[in-house]
Amino acid sequence: MTLTENQTPRTSPPLSDGGRAGFGRLLHAEWTKFRTVRGWAFGMIGALVVIVVVGLVGTAASNQNGGGGALPVGPGGEAVNDSFSLVYQPLSGDGSIVAEVTSLTGVVAAGGPNSGTTAGLAPWAKAGIIVKSSLDQGSAYAAIMATAAHGVRMQSDFTQDTAGLSGTVSSASPRWIKLVRSGDILTGYDSTDGSSWTEVGTANLSRLPSTVYVGLFTTTPEAATQTGTGVGMVPNVATGTFDQVTVGSGWNQGSWTGKQIGRDAGTSGSYLPNTSASYHQDGNSGAITVTGAGDIAPVVGGSAFASGRPIENFLVGGFAGLIVVIVIGAGFMTAEYRRGLLGVTLAASPRRGRVLAAKGLVLTTTSFVTGVLAAVIALPIGEAQSNSNGFYVATVPFGTELRVMLGMGMLLAAASVLALGIGTIVQRGAIAIAIPVVAMVLPYILATSGALPDGASNWLLKVTPAAGFAIQQSLKVYAQVYTTYNPSSGYFPLAPWAGFAVLCAYAAAAYAIGAVLLRRRDV
Amino acid sequence: MAAVDTNAGFRRALSAEWTKLRTDTGNLWMLLGTVLLTVGIGAGVAGTTKCPSVGCGQDAGKLSLTGVMAGQVVVAIVAVLMVGNEYSTGMIRTTFIAMPRRTEVLAAKAAVLSAVTAAAGLLSVLGAILVGKLVLPGNGFTARNGYAALLGDGGTLLRVVVGSVLYLVLVALLGLGIVTAVRSSAGAIGIVLALLFVFPILIHVVSNPTWQRHLNQIAPMSAGLGVQTTLDVAKLPIGPWQGLGVVALWAVAALVIGGTLLRTRDA
Repeated sequence: MTLTENQTPRTSPPLSDGGRAGFGRLLHAEWTKFRTVRGWAFGMIGALVVIVVVGLVGTAASNQNGGGGALPVGPGGEAVNDSFSLVYQPLSGDGSIVAEVTSLTGVVAAGGPNSGTTAGLAPWAKAGIIVKSSLDQGSAYAAIMATAAHGVRMQSDFTQDTAGLSGTVSSASPRWIKLVRSGDILTGYDSTDGSSWTEVGTANLSRLPSTVYVGLFTTTPEAATQTGTGVGMVPNVATGTFDQVTVGSGWNQGSWTGKQIGRDAGTSGSYLPNTSASYHQDGNSGAITVTGAGDIAPVVGGSAFASGRPIENFLVGGFAGLIVVIVIGAGFMTAEYRRGLLGVTLAASPRRGRVLAAKGLVLTTTSFVTGVLAAVIALPIGEAQSNSNGFYVATVPFGTELRVMLGMGMLLAAASVLALGIGTIVQRGAIAIAIPVVAMVLPYILATSGALPDGASNWLLKVTPAAGFAIQQSLKVYAQVYTTYNPSSGYFPLAPWAGFAVLCAYAAAAYAIGAVLLRRRDV
Repeated sequence: MAAVDTNAGFRRALSAEWTKLRTDTGNLWMLLGTVLLTVGIGAGVAGTTKCPSVGCGQDAGKLSLTGVMAGQVVVAIVAVLMVGNEYSTGMIRTTFIAMPRRTEVLAAKAAVLSAVTAAAGLLSVLGAILVGKLVLPGNGFTARNGYAALLGDGGTLLRVVVGSVLYLVLVALLGLGIVTAVRSSAGAIGIVLALLFVFPILIHVVSNPTWQRHLNQIAPMSAGLGVQTTLDVAKLPIGPWQGLGVVALWAVAALVIGGTLLRTRDA
């Protein structure tokens, strides 16, 4: 008897025709519950407020080391270091420049302050020839160079890097380098003898002006040293020697001018006391030596970016917002169990899977909107505060900034589904809240605190739901820039979308198990 | 005469709270979970951390007791449910009819909770320390690398063990105070977790040493877990016992607010 009673509504016309309309009504019912329970509606607004306010606190302190201000931005839209010692002449039209790099040496600070210097170079110290569209920082360029430990490289527009001949430079084993301009195309060549050349790579610098700045440069980022507490960076200054410098194939040799590009050495380099950019031309041989510090490279996080902040730091309040959303997400289901409302809900719409789906849709939509709104407010405020407090802000291309902002919404949405699923499984509010919070936030804290070794930190951020925070990583890993690429400096082991997929997989699994249990269990 | 009565009342309250806690099997599982999580995570961390050379800078005490960070959450859940469940089921009204002195009820809950947490905490901490002692020397934490006394001298070890257990008790009391104030286990656990976990992330982002120091001094988890430090104790932003004092202040503040609201509010 009861069986037929239960079956009757399922086959009765009003509900069977109500596939889509039925779900619409269900959605409306869940939305009404969400909207009218004061704690949930205010909770979402509270999440938004807390993300902004905690972000304000996070950026309120000023930089004790001074510095800061806007960083130069490269052609790709990313913050860059563009500080080097240059000897140049402006040249029009097509042409080529050749030089023989016969030495690349340097000095580094020996450690503590006033403890002198020793010979040494950062592996990415570089000396070479460059064609740059203007003398402004961040302008387009192509360069071919000898490096201290990475052989000859062809680099352009800060992010491109191609390897040429390997080995280090000495007068016994010099490296010949050549850069040829043909319209917007720059081609780099290297050679060990100056007669047989190998093409290393080409760069297409779109809309390169007719007159470009052609010259010799030397620069070096700070050198890494192991300290008791991890990797430390010490000032490093490099000197490159260029022999047989020839300008031709259409370009007419003029006189050389020396200049330091950038008012200091940028975020990843620094001059030693009593050193500065300089150049010298030998009266007899004509060889030119150029001394400089800084770097021509994209800005990266970690030890090379001590006074800087990536933009995701302005969303630190997201962790507080996340906890609020998890409380709401878990409560959206467990409150029904607690109040016995679930019986009514399921009597009104017996297709239990749909009830959960409607709840999930209401939760993901509201938390996504909350997260994105909060990010849109918090990011510009954090950026302005950091700039005025003396911190560098690592500008990123618009696409990346968009991903970070949408990422805030997506993180909250995924967390809410995770909480809803776990809430359906365990049916008890406090536990349903604690599990997602611990699973997402605790691994993140452990991995970024620096307390664990990098291997364990990376493992945690691959296999736990905390992997999802990768969606907000704004800085990229560049093989041509040395820094500590580890979780405590904001680098996740998984790519942004891969990491987020791990979180989504957990949320989907919790949701699926919850849906199955909801269908099988008595209310 | 009156004093004797009060004592008898409090003993009855204690016995009632103990019975309530004991007969909800969920609590037993959770306290067991505290021990397993604390020891298990400690074993995982100890097993994966290597000390390759002299001065590797790893703190053997903190490493072995990493699991306390997860264990404290379970302890907080037990605390929060102790009051939250009574409100959600309406049991709280029965409780107050039977024992109208509400402060006494809260005191009895606090006493029972402290005792139970201390017992589970002691098992967890001793287990984690034991695992650390067994595992770490095999990973380079040897006398040659400066770990002759792995977890410091006897006094340090005693401080680490007693301090960690007290920390767990204080987190439980913090949870009890907060849930008494907000009357909902969901809201309360959210607040406890935010207090514990958001500070460390905020401190990481602030990047101003003075601010970081001050935040580390007031954040319950950062200040309180300083008591586990066995290396460079002088470098702590706040002394180990003073740090535990900070957690105690948080717990007392939560209990005072919760107790005041409990007395002045309708159930």
